[in-house]
Amino acid sequence: MRRIYLDHNATTPVRPEAVAAMLGALQEDWGNPSSVHWAGSAARDALVHAREQVAALLGVAPDTVVFTSGATEASNTVIRHAARRAPGQGDHVVTCSTEHPAVLEVCEELREEGLRVSVLPVERDGRLDPERFAAALGEGTLLASVMWVNNETGVIQPIPELAARARAQGVPFHTDAVQALGKLPLELGRLPVDYASFSAHKLGGPKGIGALYVREGLRIGSLLRGGPQERRRRAGTENLPGAVGFGAACEAAGSDMVERTRSLGALRDRLWEGIAAKIPDAQQNGSIEHRVPHTLSVSFAGADGEALVAALDLEGIAVASGAACASGSTEPSHVLVAMGIPQPIGAGSIRVSLGVGTNQAEIEALLAALPDTVARVREALASEAARA
Amino acid sequence: MSERWLVAMSGGVDSSVAAALLAREHEVVGVTMDLGGAPEDAAPASGKRCCGLPDAEDARAVARRLGIRHYTANYRREFREAVIEPFAAEYARGRTPIPCVACNRVLKFDVLLRRARALGARGVATGHYARLAPAPDGGPGLFRALDRSKDQTYFLFDLPRAVLPSLRFPLGELTKPEVRELAAEFGLATANKPESQGICFIPDGDVRAALGRLGAARDAAGGEIVDAAGRVLGHHRGAVGYTVGQRQGLGLSGGPWYVREVRPAENRVVVDRRPELSSRELLADGVTWLDGAPPSGPVRVQVRHRHAAVAAQVEPAESGGVRIGFAEPVWAPAPGQAAVVYDAEDRRLLGGGWISACA
Repeated sequence: MRRIYLDHNATTPVRPEAVAAMLGALQEDWGNPSSVHWAGSAARDALVHAREQVAALLGVAPDTVVFTSGATEASNTVIRHAARRAPGQGDHVVTCSTEHPAVLEVCEELREEGLRVSVLPVERDGRLDPERFAAALGEGTLLASVMWVNNETGVIQPIPELAARARAQGVPFHTDAVQALGKLPLELGRLPVDYASFSAHKLGGPKGIGALYVREGLRIGSLLRGGPQERRRRAGTENLPGAVGFGAACEAAGSDMVERTRSLGALRDRLWEGIAAKIPDAQQNGSIEHRVPHTLSVSFAGADGEALVAALDLEGIAVASGAACASGSTEPSHVLVAMGIPQPIGAGSIRVSLGVGTNQAEIEALLAALPDTVARVREALASEAARA
Repeated sequence: MSERWLVAMSGGVDSSVAAALLAREHEVVGVTMDLGGAPEDAAPASGKRCCGLPDAEDARAVARRLGIRHYTANYRREFREAVIEPFAAEYARGRTPIPCVACNRVLKFDVLLRRARALGARGVATGHYARLAPAPDGGPGLFRALDRSKDQTYFLFDLPRAVLPSLRFPLGELTKPEVRELAAEFGLATANKPESQGICFIPDGDVRAALGRLGAARDAAGGEIVDAAGRVLGHHRGAVGYTVGQRQGLGLSGGPWYVREVRPAENRVVVDRRPELSSRELLADGVTWLDGAPPSGPVRVQVRHRHAAVAAQVEPAESGGVRIGFAEPVWAPAPGQAAVVYDAEDRRLLGGGWISACA
């Protein structure tokens, strides 16, 4: 069976550069970076190099980059760190309704622990209004957390402006930048962003490694206890194979970002034009203007995302319905609900996300399969159609 | 020619073997329905369990072994609306519901059949013990399983006939021991999995507690247990949840007593002696007939799962339902249970209805 992978926002195939770097770490630089001797020294050098590679893509100094097990840990670390200052220095956290569960669930936990949590609504295009954001910040706000690029819709939040608003009010600002890395030029060091979370496997690196950016001069406590690694900001022996894979993926992503985003954007636009021509009532979800070039969230009213994904999978085409682990055959994802998309439309949504290796033939294959698939799913769900 | 079929895979041995048998001749796609588990988890919103349904894991392991595709389908809302809520409402009316019938008709053979169509499949196959074969009129017919001790046609009585050509029951000609042997031959991990019992969404079997959670017995105050003459024999903990024919848990002296009637409006449970619970006639409504009309000749009628069908006559009643007269008394037909009608040979399913009253 053919295999067409159009779910790069869930995870990506590992880039050959990352595989090569990881093999090096597994076969040569297998030492413990904390060890004094030759083995540790080689590992330490590899870790330094990896950190430089990641920092370069972020546009920051290397010692502001803390390796973690992934973005979930990075976001947990920041939010938990901020909450430790409660109740003395504040009792309030601000976030947004379209965030990833790695932020929303931690904030929900803080609410249960007695903090005030403001989950701000987004506009119909999925963007957070900076005025609304600024108005939510107050004296006791310990942290504001807004994701840079939404994983389901690809919508880009106005992070430079939001971060500046937070800075103006003295509120620490965190962004879950998982889907932005390698897709947008970040220049993080020039922005008033205090913390940012990253994951390697969304841009051609391995799973199980990510990073937390902590702006120069800020302190952060380790979520875990047990060692002085990462300058006491993340305890536990470093995941060196992961880190060098992450580093190599960042370097590769940085070197082809301009060309890659241009060509993927063209493919994504071609896909949408094809869909719009063949399925006239299809609609795109989220801002068209403020959107990364490789993501298309599209709704087919009266269809069912879960059925569409399975039906396309049977033809060898991998796409997603909502987020990778969102529940509900007939419930739209929390992101689409937050954008005010009505149930019968949102329930029939799929997410197509492109990445390294996606080519014209794959897009044409999806375009060839989609009209019949959508028609079949719609027909099956229409009343009385189940019988013979 | 090989067709694509969707197999409803619960993770149990029966549906696993059904998938394995069908996969020998067709392309099979396994689907496990995520119905939300116990009622307190039935809310569709959170998705917290969506990556870790234990039975779905078993089904996935079987699918991997068989080399077939497998998906989980979230039907929590449909299950709650079509099965759990009517179940609670029936108990609240003092009736004894059979949730499996609605689950078959709505979830497996409508909602899931729609999914099959959506996936380009010919239809739905399940691990039910029942047989599909032509009826005397040449149209599709539904027959009791060869293994009468496992026969499940009682739970399939109200399927629309038009659905039958889209169904397959690969276990209809097999006995349970044969199915277990086949599971072992196919190398399926579910070969020795214990049989599921009772109501799937009440795994601990405590119907009364479940009804409380569902709000069906919320106002249940204690009340009187009376005999047919109205004499108070004892007290109950709320009438909702008692079942006609029930003997256990009444706490009465001078027994054995059996529940004869539940009257939620009066919050009363009426008990009687065993012979008094027998009926020679009952009324059924909500009737379905595979041949389009109630049977006119001699038939056999089964009033409870695992009861034998009894020789009977069916005639239309004023209510739009039917009146069923039995050749011999049947014991404890309960309102809310199904009166399922078979041909005189007790082989072919003719249809049936819901017991509304007994005489």
